[in-house]
Amino acid sequence: MSGELLTLYVAAIALVGIAGLYYLLVTTNLIRALIGVELMMKAVTLSLILAGRLTGHVGLAQSLVITLIVVEVVVMVVAVGLILLVHRHTNRLNARELNNIKG
Amino acid sequence: MNDPIIDIVVLALLVLAAAWSVLSTRLLRAVIGLAFASILVTTLLFRLDSPLAAVFELSVCAGLISAVFLGAITLSQLETDQNIVEQAKERIRRYWYLPLLLLLVGVAIIHKTLPSIPDVPVVNEDVRQVLWTSRHLDLLGQVVILVAGAFGVTILFKEARKHER
Repeated sequence: MSGELLTLYVAAIALVGIAGLYYLLVTTNLIRALIGVELMMKAVTLSLILAGRLTGHVGLAQSLVITLIVVEVVVMVVAVGLILLVHRHTNRLNARELNNIKG
Repeated sequence: MNDPIIDIVVLALLVLAAAWSVLSTRLLRAVIGLAFASILVTTLLFRLDSPLAAVFELSVCAGLISAVFLGAITLSQLETDQNIVEQAKERIRRYWYLPLLLLLVGVAIIHKTLPSIPDVPVVNEDVRQVLWTSRHLDLLGQVVILVAGAFGVTILFKEARKHER
């Protein structure tokens, strides 16, 4: 892989990861925070496969990505379930409302 | 097939889709941007000789997770226009420097070109064989996580039904 193309891949991965982190930092909406996490997951997926392609271990990288996707979908489904419960209690999707939840 | 122009266009579209998802004021548009980013990641995975991971990404991330998000948006009340404008203004006021930081990082990375890496011959390993031989503990972990997720969702909605009564 040429240096220019590799640089573009790394730049795109970094930009998508930072965009997800930015979204996670600035928003108080819980669904938007999950979208930020998803964007960061995309960057991780792409970087794992890129590393596998560069080292020649594509099979290993793919198996790691499949595990990552399974973990990702379970985390997302449970998180969305929690968000819907929070919405039922507070009638809002705002993370600041979580301060009022009693343990 | 090995035309780098395709990679460059898809990478640019991926960054644009991520930016659109982050900057859009409507939640629905943000989810559509995320699904589009997933489709573009799928294309890149195909380009990087990883078809099985690409199929997983397309079916699970672009399909299932987008459907879960859309379901959550539908089940929860959509925000009013007033709320959206207030949140966007507050976001810009508190974190005005972060988009600049994002741009600076992008420019810094592109400015310093990485050295080219010679093409390493791909090790002849089938992903299914890797999963079942050297990474079999990962499979066990996946099963445990799926069961934990299923129990978690069941308990969450059982609790919700109890509260409704």
